[in-house]
Amino acid sequence: MTRDKRTRDGEAFVKTCLVVDDSRVVRKVARRLLEDRDFAVAEAADGMEGLAWCRAMMPDLVLLEASMPLMSGLEFLRRLRLEPGGRAPKVIFCSTEANLDRIREALDAGAAEYIIKPFDGDIVADKLALAGVA
Amino acid sequence: MTPEDHAFMAGVCAERAGLAIDPAKAYLIESRLGPVARREGFGSIAELVEVVRSRPDERLTTACVEAMAPSETRFFRDRAVFEHLWREVVPDLARRRPDGVVRIWSAGCAAGQEIYSLAMLQAESPAPGKVELFASDLSERLLDRARLGVYTSFEVQRGLAARQLVRHFENRDEHFQVAKRVRQDVRWRRVNLLDDLAPMGAFDVVLCRYVLGGLTPAARASVSAKLAGVVAADGVLVLGEDETVAADGFAALADVGGVFRRKGGARAAA
Repeated sequence: MTRDKRTRDGEAFVKTCLVVDDSRVVRKVARRLLEDRDFAVAEAADGMEGLAWCRAMMPDLVLLEASMPLMSGLEFLRRLRLEPGGRAPKVIFCSTEANLDRIREALDAGAAEYIIKPFDGDIVADKLALAGVA
Repeated sequence: MTPEDHAFMAGVCAERAGLAIDPAKAYLIESRLGPVARREGFGSIAELVEVVRSRPDERLTTACVEAMAPSETRFFRDRAVFEHLWREVVPDLARRRPDGVVRIWSAGCAAGQEIYSLAMLQAESPAPGKVELFASDLSERLLDRARLGVYTSFEVQRGLAARQLVRHFENRDEHFQVAKRVRQDVRWRRVNLLDDLAPMGAFDVVLCRYVLGGLTPAARASVSAKLAGVVAADGVLVLGEDETVAADGFAALADVGGVFRRKGGARAAA
């Protein structure tokens, strides 16, 4: 994730996103969709790696899988908020978990939005707008 | 299907419902009629079309026309329009009405996402007075879907905030169903917009969004006039963002696209 990177139109990226997901395929898809929307994207395969990224450079947005080995999405979010500057990023959960009680739990913990997998570009665009990071 | 079949079905759709179907879009016609042919037990779409062509079968013809009607919609489509309606238009109309009742009609509601969007707003921040919500569509099958209020995860994620999902929906197997308390706020009816709409009565807000663009020019003019005729004096007609009302006596609101207020006076004739 570098702030001097250019978009396909040659414009400077103005927003940064960290994708925290243990699936390489999901990270790749999310990166493509977010870069299409002018985000500079970094990837982390688990919560610990994600927190290390945030300590190095706090992103504007975190796209976060709820269910990961080592550290759950909820635990990542709790720890993120304790980091210096960690209250600033908008966090959008992104998970196959579609139980409304679990979704409510994520929102109550401070998630700005929630994406149910599988998703497409339209859904990502709508959720970014609803989270106020479009 | 032959090109003649495509042209025949396009003609039937134009005559029955004013639908502008391009006969050259064979894939569209066949993808819509395929499920009807299977459901009705035909071996092919061509067989279905042959029966529609050769003998008067009102039910079958209606099923074909309904299948061809556009069904694309989403929750809070053009969210700014809904926010404006709920913050400005509906409270203003409620204050103007002696009984405080605001009647809203979603014409061409498809699977019901727009009228449910308003029902959710009503549940979240009730408008002053009383809001009555009506919705109609040409397709009985779509109306059945709308009444049931069951949507896929893709449908509930387009335009709908997660907070609204958890507040107004329930898990239903792999899908999501609008909660009964929201569903029961809406009244549904099958309406062909080419028919006389006067018996519907007057409405304070009529939404007919992204419907006119799918009609033939003649049907567009006719439906536009009929809809204008059921908008109450000082009421509002809401079209798609880039659509305009063909009838006289309406002024576009400057701050949101596709919203037109009737300029005082009595209702226009349908």
